[in-house]
Amino acid sequence: MNQGPPAVGWVMADQAGFADAAMAHMPNLYSAALRMTRNPADAEDLVQETYLKAYRAYGSFREGTNLKAWLYKILTNTFINTYRARKRRPDESDIEDIEDLYLFRRLGGLEASTVGRSAEDQVMDLFTDVEVKEALESLPEQFRLAVLLADVEGFSYQEIADITDVPIGTVMSRLHRGRKGLQKALLEFGRERGLVG
Amino acid sequence: MTDDDCNEAIQRLYGFLDGELTAERRLQIQAHLDDCSPCLEAFDFEAELRIMIASKCRDEVPDSLRLRIATAIHQEHIRLYSGSVGSIGSMGSDGSGPGLGPMGPPGGEA
Repeated sequence: MNQGPPAVGWVMADQAGFADAAMAHMPNLYSAALRMTRNPADAEDLVQETYLKAYRAYGSFREGTNLKAWLYKILTNTFINTYRARKRRPDESDIEDIEDLYLFRRLGGLEASTVGRSAEDQVMDLFTDVEVKEALESLPEQFRLAVLLADVEGFSYQEIADITDVPIGTVMSRLHRGRKGLQKALLEFGRERGLVG
Repeated sequence: MTDDDCNEAIQRLYGFLDGELTAERRLQIQAHLDDCSPCLEAFDFEAELRIMIASKCRDEVPDSLRLRIATAIHQEHIRLYSGSVGSIGSMGSDGSGPGLGPMGPPGGEA
């Protein structure tokens, strides 16, 4: 078995524990990578690259701090440096100003639709997985990232600011516009299926 | 209760749902929602929408990807630690193979 000095054994045990903890986040990282790259092959490469970097940089991770945010920072930086940089013109377009409660005002009256179904069930059934993913992926990158980190992954404004390396005010602005942009994209799917009265 | 109260509540909707309002502001909005069912309905809808979005943006990780990553990390581990183990003579003469004790390769692949 191990003939190495105790110091090496200790680092290895920590790193094994780290690998296990990090692996647990793979489904979420993979989903995020898909939304970022919009391409399954690129998403797989991005996730693999992220794990390798995380493994190498493990020494700089402080036990007990936010592992998920740390991994997402590596993922996001790798995405920006590798995949986004490849494109001659990364999508930095703005989202037009969309009114508040955009979807609610257009789909209102849910309570009238089906007897005996809860509001949650009704909202849950409004759109399919594919439609939600495509709607999110249709957003320009900086808005897509903000909405993904906040609404799919549950990060706070500060965590998003740290992960994307922008001021917290910018995060809030991108979230406001991004969420409304997402609602508008979702509504388009709704129109196609006759949801809008 | 005025339209201004409703407008103000709606302005702060995202801050409220994101848990990013001050305690005082949060109580203010909550008080309005307690008294205004149209606003409450709108807030509930937005909250449900967010849950729906999170639940539908899930993807299955291909087994092949898990394996690729586990293998790549293992190879990286060997690359990073082959030097230190070699210095105490527990490595094979060709520098390969598992000789890493408790961190021995899970699948025996090198």
